[in-house]
Amino acid sequence: MRAGAVSKRQLSQRTAFSLLIVATIIVILPVLAIVIQIIVNGADAISLEFLTEAPSQAGKAGGILPAIVGTFYLMLGTIIVALPLGVMAGIYLTEYARDNWFTRAINLAIVNLAGVPSIVYGLFGLGVFVLLFHFGMSLLSASLTLACQALAMTVTTSREAILAVPREYREGSLAVGATRWQTIRHLVLPQASPGIITGAVLAMSRAAGETAPILVVGAAFLLPGLPQSPLDQFMALPYHLYTVAAHIPGMPKSTMWGVALVLLVVVLSFNVLATVIRLRARQRR
Amino acid sequence: MNMKLSSNLLNESPDCKRTRLSVTQVNLFYGDFQALRNITLEIPECAITAIIGPSGCGKSSFLRIFNRMNDLITGARVEGRVELDDIDIYDKSIDVVELRKRVGMVFQKPNPFPMSVFENVAFGPRRHERHGHNLGELEDIVERSLHQAALWDEVKDKLGQSALALSGGQQQRLCIARVLAVEPEVILMDEPCSALDPVATLKIEDLMRSLAEHYTIVIVTHNMQQAARVSDMAAFFMMEEDRAGVLVEYGPTSELFTNPKDKRTEDYITGRFG
Repeated sequence: MRAGAVSKRQLSQRTAFSLLIVATIIVILPVLAIVIQIIVNGADAISLEFLTEAPSQAGKAGGILPAIVGTFYLMLGTIIVALPLGVMAGIYLTEYARDNWFTRAINLAIVNLAGVPSIVYGLFGLGVFVLLFHFGMSLLSASLTLACQALAMTVTTSREAILAVPREYREGSLAVGATRWQTIRHLVLPQASPGIITGAVLAMSRAAGETAPILVVGAAFLLPGLPQSPLDQFMALPYHLYTVAAHIPGMPKSTMWGVALVLLVVVLSFNVLATVIRLRARQRR
Repeated sequence: MNMKLSSNLLNESPDCKRTRLSVTQVNLFYGDFQALRNITLEIPECAITAIIGPSGCGKSSFLRIFNRMNDLITGARVEGRVELDDIDIYDKSIDVVELRKRVGMVFQKPNPFPMSVFENVAFGPRRHERHGHNLGELEDIVERSLHQAALWDEVKDKLGQSALALSGGQQQRLCIARVLAVEPEVILMDEPCSALDPVATLKIEDLMRSLAEHYTIVIVTHNMQQAARVSDMAAFFMMEEDRAGVLVEYGPTSELFTNPKDKRTEDYITGRFG
């Protein structure tokens, strides 16, 4: 009955459906293209030597070990500072802070912290950690600078994860005479930890990819060895990539792509790790 | 032994018992909104007192006065006097954590923690350990509490399993066991059966009757039959024009249900509204 009307509706249904599929494909195409291009071009550069040796001839020969290690140190330093602070602030904001203008102002500030351009963090780090605190151009200054940037994320994800713990659990705990802190420590935090850890891992992966902030607080282009103390300068993958791609004439193409490939693998593997943690936590429930 | 007579209402009940909780001219506010107005009543020990009334009349809010659960809500304020064994529980010197140990609460929706059956029951005792329970003591507490909550036989072989795998009725009895494990004197129950099927409901009601021998129980329910079946005393609450809850009538359950003094009580229990 009324076949015309039905087919017209089906037609528009199909058109919408096709459009949505096309849009989705367009969205993932650039990601695929980037990944494929980097793998195809960079695979040749990857060798044991490339991954385990220090660079020579201004990066044209040798490996990128100091940059890989420097990036891991940076991630570690960032999270050691940003995770505890982020979790503590998240706990305060969700469990203790009263809902007043002051709390709302803090929340607004944290949201805006995420929107500050990263080079501004770099200048802040230069002014405060390098010059004011006399940490110099160093791993420490860079870690603290990146930690400031990562705080926006760790506070936000901690807050969300803590808020997602059902109110019923808190009430049940308080109703048997547990204190607020005991409730947080033994019930809320264990429940929130997968979400908190996921946020932390994502913050680390973002720290691994940052170039602009570390540029001005301690990243060096060429260093013969690994940093020996937090006050040493360091190499890092994104900054190394920037220099070999933009500033060294006669750089073999495959070396540039090789650096990009290693950086991509580091960042993506942390993102995958975050996803795995989240999925496993969901299954457990 | 406990023969101190304290209220006119209680004089009429066959076995006069000591007053455990007493509420005098209590008003409860959430910000500007008044949720309860001028409530005065006395709750006897080792008995079940039912709070009944239509939805939104402040029954749950009233219950939460006794363990100061309303404190968690920003802007909540209690006026008047609330006493547990003649001690003003809203006095500044009161340790709310200690109060909640003495006045346990079971909630409407079973809320077992996402951990094992054993850890659920041991949760309270673990938090209160001053000198440190050894595992043997904890095991004794858990077994005793689960026995008291009539759950032991069903879970004794799965103490290590997740409490979330239990049925709804078992979960609610587990929550009761969790409260019993900290050895409270008063147990507040906020519509404990509203999420359960009739069989599970009857089990909880049997359990309540047996617990009433040792504990003072206050239960909020909007199930008239349940109030009639289990309670010794019953309080009927209603909303006034401004939505503030008031106490309409309070007395022994048998009298309130067979011979209500207030026309509104009669209308409600005969099902004319609510």
